Amino acid sequence: MTVLLLLCSAAFVAPFIWLVSTSLKPIEQTLTLPISFLPKAYYAELGGRRMEVTVDFQVTQPGAVVRFLTGDDAGKLGFLGAAQMASRPGTFTLVHAVAAGSWHVSQRFDREIGETGPTPLWDVVPRDQVDSHVKFRWANYPRALAALGGDAEADRHRVGFWTFLGNSLTVAVLGVLGTVISNAIVAYGFARLRWRGRDAFFALTLATMMIPFPALMVPLYGVFRTFGLIGTLLPLWLPTWFGSAFNIFLMRQFFRTIPEELSEAARIDGCSEWRIFWRIILPLSTPVLVVAALFHFIFAWNDFLGPLLYLTRKDTYTLAIALESYESQNGGVQWHYLMAASAVTILPVIVLFLLAQKTFIRGIATTGSKN
Amino acid sequence: MTRNERKQLRAGIGFTGLWIVGLAAFTAYPVFASLYYSFCDYSILKSPVWCGLENYSQLVHDGLFWKSLRNTLFYAGLSVPLGTVVALGLAVLLNCEMRGKSVYRLLFFMPSIVPIVASSMLWLWIFNGQYGLMNGFLNLFLRPLGLHGPAWLADPAWAKPALIIMSLWSTGNAVVIYLAGLQNVPMELYEAAEIDGASAWQRFVHVTLPTIAPVVTFNAIMALIGAMQIFAQAYIMSEGANGNGNASDGNPARSTLFYTIYLFSTAFQDLRMGYASAMAYILFVITALLTWMAARLTRGHDSG
Repeated sequence: MTVLLLLCSAAFVAPFIWLVSTSLKPIEQTLTLPISFLPKAYYAELGGRRMEVTVDFQVTQPGAVVRFLTGDDAGKLGFLGAAQMASRPGTFTLVHAVAAGSWHVSQRFDREIGETGPTPLWDVVPRDQVDSHVKFRWANYPRALAALGGDAEADRHRVGFWTFLGNSLTVAVLGVLGTVISNAIVAYGFARLRWRGRDAFFALTLATMMIPFPALMVPLYGVFRTFGLIGTLLPLWLPTWFGSAFNIFLMRQFFRTIPEELSEAARIDGCSEWRIFWRIILPLSTPVLVVAALFHFIFAWNDFLGPLLYLTRKDTYTLAIALESYESQNGGVQWHYLMAASAVTILPVIVLFLLAQKTFIRGIATTGSKN
Repeated sequence: MTRNERKQLRAGIGFTGLWIVGLAAFTAYPVFASLYYSFCDYSILKSPVWCGLENYSQLVHDGLFWKSLRNTLFYAGLSVPLGTVVALGLAVLLNCEMRGKSVYRLLFFMPSIVPIVASSMLWLWIFNGQYGLMNGFLNLFLRPLGLHGPAWLADPAWAKPALIIMSLWSTGNAVVIYLAGLQNVPMELYEAAEIDGASAWQRFVHVTLPTIAPVVTFNAIMALIGAMQIFAQAYIMSEGANGNGNASDGNPARSTLFYTIYLFSTAFQDLRMGYASAMAYILFVITALLTWMAARLTRGHDSG
């Protein structure tokens, strides 16, 4: 049993480790086989100095490092295999012989793709003269975040990670406030008041939960377009201030468990419904409010389709959309940056989850089984 | 209505007023507008023009519509049963008495809160045919046989299976729900079964399954409704793995052209909003049927 459980956990955790490990590798190590989880740094002696190098490839046959005497490469160093050396005698002088299995290494410059600089030194050295140790390239993180940025279309000013983070937070925080406030008020109306049509209306509310968002996309886009809100953050948080079926249901279930006598006593004392809601029910309902807040924060932070639909200008991008647009513009090459930026996007929800695990797990368990 | 009743009604409407507005503006209006548009020729730039059943009759002859529906059913039909089995299996494992239970639960749950964009990037990289983790792992076993792992997202035959594998990673939600369900199974039932000489497997089939069946059915159907709407991961990963072209093409070879992706591109790239609304309504009806099934199948177990 335990072995099975450990294997399953390994399968669930491996992607996370792969994410972090890639995010801390230099680019060339993301593109080497066999794959390895450990980000490393290699060192070798080049031109009489010990320096950090990249391992370019392994030499499969014996040969030599030579200096060419003729042709375009005259005066330059090169590597020739034994067969090549035999086929072009007299065109080079021998620098040093190389055994099969040696490593071709080059001086490592910490520079971006496309950035130019001095030509790196290189050599072919026996494998045991290259040593390595584990090294995490934390510098990938600031670089990845810088790479996310771009020009805002409107007036060509740079927008970057902090703008996207701000947008994500704006949508999430305003959405959380809207969710908690509006749904608590509405749920009170369903849970603690008796009025004609209440139960029918509540049944209708529950029924709307199953309507798939994609089915409403076109008219919703039209509504927000009519009010000139496309390209702003408003369509992403404004609707949360008008209730949502799921949260109304969640809070109503909780409010109903609070003893009716508390409300009755307050009514006899002449309290208005609003005061009962505000002074008695709300303070007793913190657990459910926290669950709704957490769920909505995660939903808003993770949402992709909404921002894809409504956000047209780069300066309004949320982190999720910025990450996607970076990937689609740069393709799958800079995996180390892509993983670093993904890790940064994941971090807030993981931290939030770890801080509020118990509430979370309890919330999931109750919403899934009360049907 | 008496004066008191009127007063109560006013209070009720007062408290639920926000939702009445929200329901009307963000649900009711779109539901009816969508239905109306589905009978219209409509690009958002001009007002809709009535065209009767034309959109629907075109859909019937639209190869891509059927392709997207087949792709979606293939994905949902495999990812939901597999996900249910995996989640139930993990929940049963976790339900055993052991140390560190909450740590395992945490590990299984965590992937389900990872933002879909980030998990798409991660799995795009894992499924990289050359340097990805998946083939790196598989090739340990395949290379001795002279084989090599597939190109996954770049291979029409393997793109959907790749998305299904990815979906299994985020079943943590269901694990937590099923675990809570398992913990509600009365201990006496197990004890009684054990006294009657039932094996562990018999106890699972005859005691555990019947008690949590309603929860499992309900959640599986909800998962099915969710799977029918698969969008983000396919949108992001199909473009990421196949380079050029458009995120909404469903590359490679339209093998990841899912229903919502086709709907999205019809509406917001081709601006054929009437046609897209007809598709939206068909999805709406399919979902309604599934929900009705969920309600039917779980009715009578409410007390459980």
